[in-house]
Amino acid sequence: MIEEEFVKELLKKKKRADGRKFDEFRKIQIKEAPIEKAEGSALVKLGNTWVAAGIKLNVGTPFPDTPDQGILIVNAEFSPIASPEFEPGPPTEDAIELARVVDRCLREGKAIDLSKLVLKEGEKVWCVFVDIHILNHDGNLLDAAALASMLALKNTRMPKLDEEFNVIRGEYEGKLQVEHVPLLVSICKFGNDYLIDPTYLEEKVIDGKLTFGIREDEKICAIQKQGKAVFDFDEIEKIIDLAILKSKELRKFYGN
Amino acid sequence: MKKCEKKLIENGRRLDGRKPEEAREIEMQVGIIEKADGSAKARFGKTIAIASVYGPKLLHPKHLQDIEKCTLRVRYAMVPFSVDERKPYGPDRRSIELSKIIRIALEPAIFLEDFPRTVIDVFIDIMQADGSTRVTSINAASLALAIGGIPMRDLVAACSVGKVDGTLVVDLTGIEDNCCEADVSFAMMPSKNKITLLQMDGLLTKEELLKLINMAKETCLKIYEKQKETLKNKFKGEVE
Repeated sequence: MIEEEFVKELLKKKKRADGRKFDEFRKIQIKEAPIEKAEGSALVKLGNTWVAAGIKLNVGTPFPDTPDQGILIVNAEFSPIASPEFEPGPPTEDAIELARVVDRCLREGKAIDLSKLVLKEGEKVWCVFVDIHILNHDGNLLDAAALASMLALKNTRMPKLDEEFNVIRGEYEGKLQVEHVPLLVSICKFGNDYLIDPTYLEEKVIDGKLTFGIREDEKICAIQKQGKAVFDFDEIEKIIDLAILKSKELRKFYGN
Repeated sequence: MKKCEKKLIENGRRLDGRKPEEAREIEMQVGIIEKADGSAKARFGKTIAIASVYGPKLLHPKHLQDIEKCTLRVRYAMVPFSVDERKPYGPDRRSIELSKIIRIALEPAIFLEDFPRTVIDVFIDIMQADGSTRVTSINAASLALAIGGIPMRDLVAACSVGKVDGTLVVDLTGIEDNCCEADVSFAMMPSKNKITLLQMDGLLTKEELLKLINMAKETCLKIYEKQKETLKNKFKGEVE
């Protein structure tokens, strides 16, 4: 409580507890393909926020209404390892929301082309499982999770298959093709100010935030609002412009 | 996303004959559930949402109480026969997220700080789903809160907008929702001119998004008038 008040008072003076500018990310560290058993994986650190994303590929049956498309499934676990706030048990509202927002960002941003993941139309397709695992929660999980997911997709290897479409574990041929690089960027509102990359404590005191999924071509592929903030009509464009600008900064960590 | 061979807009008209910026037929009713402290129904075309409000009441267990304000709880659910394929009643991942989204759209409108340690429960059942169920829910819930006597800064009016067959449209139906290039859920407090919800999935340029927000505003202003009229009509007989 006292810490929250401190962070709030600082923000009112247009200062942040860690000395950052309002439009400055924390130090970003990435590690690509740290998990050998996963088809693709990545670790992302945004300051003290630490998120792992892993990709597993299975062969499955397509959904009846999309026989000519592979399947993308995004799931998120808020492991109790990561915060005193997280408890063991089924996914909470926030974990479900995070997974669904990252899912929309990847799916609508067309990060991968699902129609290229068909093995036998109507019968066998690739199922791409994106599992997001929070390892330390110090705020801004959405931005970190989307970056980790994209990095993991980028280094995903395609498993070898036998004649009957069974996956041969541990053997690979080729890589998963990434088509677009949508990333999530959250813009927080605090009074009349905007800030990015909030810490856990900052998230507690801001009015709310708008999170945008933005592609490399500046197209917007997802929006989510969190918190009790309300927005004026004439500030939306400003917020989008800031999000687009910051998405370019974040995309540098994706590489080429 | 489903594959859609059918053209959804021909000669500037949508499948149901509407123009792009035209909403479906809207019907609203309040005070329909006798047991509830407040209740309402909102219908947009075939989409029907009913909402009931219970509270403010003391929140139990005690450790969940917020000493500074009232807790708003929202539960959105679809009844099993509301959709083509029977859907078991109860929470799934989609309805858990939508419940949160609806709560976030309503929260700014309520004077929650006036009732510390209490809870307001909002239950929403989708009786029939044909697209735009979350915004229809917000319209119904907002009316249910108002008729339930909950102090509010303003009503919340909501609508969906989107891009269908390359055209920007208002109030998406189920098939439009499934086949659209983008859909946006939007809610605002009309007399305060403040946006309380903005959610999107699909693919849009900034310019398209800004245009859609304006279209949504226009529609919400009309919905707002309808909401006010619905509330006034409820008491018409009593004062005359």
